[in-house]
Amino acid sequence: MTQSTQTTGSMREYWRRNVGYMAVLLAIWATVSYGCGIVFVEPLNAVTVGGFPLGFWFAQQGSIFVFVVLIFVYYLLMLRLDRKYDVHE
Amino acid sequence: MTIKIWTYIMVGLTFGLYLVIAWMSRVKDTRGFYVAGGGVPPLANGMATAADWMSAASFISMAGIISFTGYTGAVYLMGWTGGYVLLALLLAPYLRKFGKFTVPDFVGDRYYSDTARVVALICAIFVSLTYVAGQMRGVGIVFSRFLEVDVNTGVIIGMVIVFVYAGLGGMKGITWTQVAQYLVLIVAFLIPAAAISRMVTGSFIPQLGFGSSILSGPDAGRHLLETLDQIGQDLGFSAYTSAFGPGNKSMLDVLCMTLALMVGTAGLPHVIIRFYTVPSVRAARLSAGYALLFIAILYTTAPAVAAFARYNMVGTVNEAPYAQAPTWFKNWERTGLIAWMDKNGDGVIQYRAGAPFAGKPQSSGQIGAHGQVLLANAPAPGANELYVDPDIMVLANPEIAALPAWVIALVAAGGLAAALSTASGLLLVIASSVSHDLYYRVINRGASERARLTLGRVMIGVAVCVAGYFGINPPGFVAQVVALAFGLGASSFFPILVLGIFWKRATREGAICGMIAGIGFTMFYIVQTKFLGMAPWFMGVSPEGIGAVGMVLNFAVTVVVSALTPAPPQAVQDMVETVRFPRGAGAAVDH
Repeated sequence: MTQSTQTTGSMREYWRRNVGYMAVLLAIWATVSYGCGIVFVEPLNAVTVGGFPLGFWFAQQGSIFVFVVLIFVYYLLMLRLDRKYDVHE
Repeated sequence: MTIKIWTYIMVGLTFGLYLVIAWMSRVKDTRGFYVAGGGVPPLANGMATAADWMSAASFISMAGIISFTGYTGAVYLMGWTGGYVLLALLLAPYLRKFGKFTVPDFVGDRYYSDTARVVALICAIFVSLTYVAGQMRGVGIVFSRFLEVDVNTGVIIGMVIVFVYAGLGGMKGITWTQVAQYLVLIVAFLIPAAAISRMVTGSFIPQLGFGSSILSGPDAGRHLLETLDQIGQDLGFSAYTSAFGPGNKSMLDVLCMTLALMVGTAGLPHVIIRFYTVPSVRAARLSAGYALLFIAILYTTAPAVAAFARYNMVGTVNEAPYAQAPTWFKNWERTGLIAWMDKNGDGVIQYRAGAPFAGKPQSSGQIGAHGQVLLANAPAPGANELYVDPDIMVLANPEIAALPAWVIALVAAGGLAAALSTASGLLLVIASSVSHDLYYRVINRGASERARLTLGRVMIGVAVCVAGYFGINPPGFVAQVVALAFGLGASSFFPILVLGIFWKRATREGAICGMIAGIGFTMFYIVQTKFLGMAPWFMGVSPEGIGAVGMVLNFAVTVVVSALTPAPPQAVQDMVETVRFPRGAGAAVDH
């Protein structure tokens, strides 16, 4: 971390961006699982898509697919961010 | 060839494979023993993590539980996958950058306190022991059902196999056998799933068949889920896809249970340590993605299998005269996993909501008028005559779908792979907690590399024996304590790990008070409701979900106490700063 003492400002900026990405991705995580899959499951179940009541689909299939995508998106975002702020390995 | 011969061949081949891998990946130093030398590629670590995570419960029991609870089964599906998002975003990259061997290592260093380290290692041992006993029992049961050996012999065979590869290769041996075990278990799960999906809906892909129309029979052309909803209501159950309502858990309870399982997953030490084994921070992030991808393959298939199996079971068994019941029904009746009590004496099997009789089926040793096994149980009121153990939904699946004998044998090998892979990961946590965290870090800092490696191997042996003891003499509460394992993971580690990384101001006093408050409350509530028979008094939250409340309590106590105590030393704050930036994550070191 020797370079971080010289460029504290940019390091702080890097960390803020990272926390920002996490906040957005975790908001999506909570929305699909706790929102679509649990809290709003009953109104969503009134909608049927391809044989699935929508709320049920989110609870047993959709949220899991979204979780996988979220982790890979975070990986790619951080790959770019690490390079931009020159902290990559 | 008979099913039994095929099972010997499949189990023999897979065990042989694990032993060969164990010999090839034997290690000579503690770095290899605890973190596989830190050189595991992300894809392999993803597979190993998936096998480590998916236990006998995921492989054998989960689809069956969903089959009988419908929508509510989503608690397990979301709860046991959503935690990986938390791991990937909040923990794995930073713990990898920190780069030590164990979870108590991080807690002890970050909170500059051996008290915190010891509290953490006690939690780690307790959580892991609880879990591993269930796995050993699972190994014994698979052996006894498929190979007809005694359960105890099965447990001992399992113990010897795990001891050989975990003792020889430590984390390195475990990692590479887990990669093989993942492949065995996923193939064993997918082949019967694809076959049954094709049988019911005509689609080879279970995730698509789940939403398709039924291919043939009286319900041909109707959507599977719509049909299941109606069948359920006709027989007095609630609709399969409907949430909450009478007979189901409340919304608050579903929320709490899902949260407790997610956070518990992210706080389980045997999962967290897998991220110490990869070469870089980037690899830690990527391998969390692979891990969840590999887990999701099973976890999105399981609810589909649950729906197919339920449709099949009700269709073939309900209102069928016993004399015409399918062969698989009679095969599994002998194991006590399925039972029929002809309460109205008409010789026809009636399946309705409610328990058929009190307790688990107890054979009276006699055969009834229709050839059924007679039971000694007291009949329960209500019209239901059928007892079905949830495990049957996966175990009998290949027979229901009329698949060849080798597929049935493969399911046995898959169940063993799931149980053994999880058991070995847990055993390593127990061994490292004692030999590394307690002996080396707290008792004897001058221990030689050689002595520590030997102690690590001895501890694996001790842990195997303790786990085997509980596998042979299962305490009546094994099923109940699984709730405790997740509750403890959620209410002890997760909050202080997250605060340790994201809040420099979190102090030693805060973390110790937080851990004790979180665990204390969670344990107290579980003991009250599970063992002392009290009603769940906290807003009706079931004991499985109380870890979520314990976690919030831990967060609150840690924050308040930290704010009231002096800030951590500058060196610790600098360490937190370092952990946040990926560059410079060398191999894991033991200082």
